[in-house]
Amino acid sequence: MRRGQTVILNLVAVAALGGFLWLAEGNFDGYKIQILNLIAINIILALSLNLIYGFTGLFSLGHAGFMAIGAYICSILIMTPDQKDMLFLLEPAYDWVQNAQAPFLVAVLAGGLVAAAIGALVGFPLLRLGDDYLGIATLGFAEIIRVLANNFPRLTNGALGFKGIPDYANLWWNFGWCLVTLYVIVRLLKSNTGNVLKAIRDDEAAARAMGVNVFRYKLLSFTVGAFFAGVGGALLASLLTTIDPKMFLFTLTFNILMIVVAGGLGSLSGTVMAGIGITVLLEWLRVVENPVDIFGYELPGVPGMRMVVFSLALIMIILFRREGLMGMRELHWQSLFKVFSRGRA
Amino acid sequence: MNSATFIQHMLNSLTLGSLYALVAIGYTMVYGILRLINFAHSEMFMLGAYFVFWGITLANLPWPVAMVIAIVVTATLGVVVDQVAYRPLRDAPRISALISSIGVSFFLQNVAIVFFQAIPREVYRPQWLENPIIMGGVRVLPLTLFVPLLSLALMLGLIWIVYRTKAGLGMRAISKDIETSYLMGVPVNRIIALTFGIGSALAAASGIMWALRYPQLQPIMGTIPGFKAFIAAVFGGIGSIQGAVIGGLALGFIEIMTVAFFPDLAGYRDAFAFVLLIAVLMFKPTGLLGERLEDKV
Repeated sequence: MRRGQTVILNLVAVAALGGFLWLAEGNFDGYKIQILNLIAINIILALSLNLIYGFTGLFSLGHAGFMAIGAYICSILIMTPDQKDMLFLLEPAYDWVQNAQAPFLVAVLAGGLVAAAIGALVGFPLLRLGDDYLGIATLGFAEIIRVLANNFPRLTNGALGFKGIPDYANLWWNFGWCLVTLYVIVRLLKSNTGNVLKAIRDDEAAARAMGVNVFRYKLLSFTVGAFFAGVGGALLASLLTTIDPKMFLFTLTFNILMIVVAGGLGSLSGTVMAGIGITVLLEWLRVVENPVDIFGYELPGVPGMRMVVFSLALIMIILFRREGLMGMRELHWQSLFKVFSRGRA
Repeated sequence: MNSATFIQHMLNSLTLGSLYALVAIGYTMVYGILRLINFAHSEMFMLGAYFVFWGITLANLPWPVAMVIAIVVTATLGVVVDQVAYRPLRDAPRISALISSIGVSFFLQNVAIVFFQAIPREVYRPQWLENPIIMGGVRVLPLTLFVPLLSLALMLGLIWIVYRTKAGLGMRAISKDIETSYLMGVPVNRIIALTFGIGSALAAASGIMWALRYPQLQPIMGTIPGFKAFIAAVFGGIGSIQGAVIGGLALGFIEIMTVAFFPDLAGYRDAFAFVLLIAVLMFKPTGLLGERLEDKV
């Protein structure tokens, strides 16, 4: 297939998505729109984790930390000084926190950039560690961020967190950022850099022997991943309108890891599909936790049941279908056409 | 700070440290054999404490009996988890088993929320652990002596198993070289199951004593002590039992003493361990007593 055709088909797909969002905005109720928003944000987060883990082989469990950074920076920038005046009850905010203000786009970018900068900073020492040690160290980093958020009331309002963050993150912003993420990561992986990242994942020693500066590429992948994790966190803060340190527990990273593993480590299209599927599943499972009324019988809601089903699903995937939905394969226009033409023949 | 308070702080850090050490041993044994960070280990700690609670509440068992039964049940559960969730992944990439263990951890934690409910529960404490005794002008709770002594007894038992029995010989053989152990006729899978059983039993014992010290049960109570115990294991040198004990005691000491001398830092208490972890990994990744693991090409 020629390159021109692919570009046209991609543009058509984006236009179709736009049309769908336009219809959704007009006709869906608030709950369904919320789920669509969560899908977009989860895809952003999962794509960035897949870049770090699935394509570069860096087992990072620090996503919640980067999200927290993005969420706090963005919230500080989009709340008005009056709002912050009311909010910081424990201790008054620092002057620059109090007065800082920026439009939403700049705030989200700032959230991502600060997350990326901190990602590069912690990546410097941590990326020298191997697989599971890296996992536990990045997990430690995320926990430290959370403890810091709890203990700097003049910056983060301590355990109370922020309330009433302006809800700018609508469908257009979220899906727009989702497309940007997808585009940047696809371009990155299609370039020579992408080949180097995959080479590092498949055999680090061989890549090093070929003269690749392994550390520099690892740092690049980690920083880009941290940037989009920060962006995802920023959008999430504006979508939910409240954040506090408790929100950024390990569970958050776990959910994203689940999407990446279910979609296939090293498959972007798998991540997108799993992002849609798992977000819907997670919302749908909320039903289990609420009381149900079946033919007059009152079934009590079971708190915790959602995560029981969810974690069981993860164990099953790892045990019986380790490669996830797509493995390392991707869904292209070409493969789609093949499926259809085979169906016709 | 006078000497009486100092002695009390010392006893407290000994208590906390030996609780960390017991959990750290389980992490270090499993890592030494399978190179797996067993995230589900911290749930054994939590379940042990809950089993005692239910043994006393539902079956009216006396405390020591409930404790023994809880340890046995938790050990069995540890073996089951290994057989179901880790054994099929022995030949898979190492990270697969790690992800599986994260899944098991969340699963057990949420099963506990479903069955035991998330409300914190008060723990029964035997009276003889409560009445303070005066020793040379220092007021001491029997509990702060009971915990280190029982831990010491358990550790001596463990060392006897590892260094004086055939099963222990098997464990040491597997941790040196699992392939060769197969060839030499070591019943590898049975030994690994035993390792999980012993590790879980020690974690349960630690959880039960933790519940005496901080008498509130919650399904998430295992997470933070679990992380800290793992860090203790890394600090001491992962794979080494002595290292885990030293690491646990050191971490308990650092935590109690920092808060005692710098009360302002109390809010950062949970971050100390992680800072220590990152520092150890950067400057001495093998820990105090660990062996160097070469990357195989």
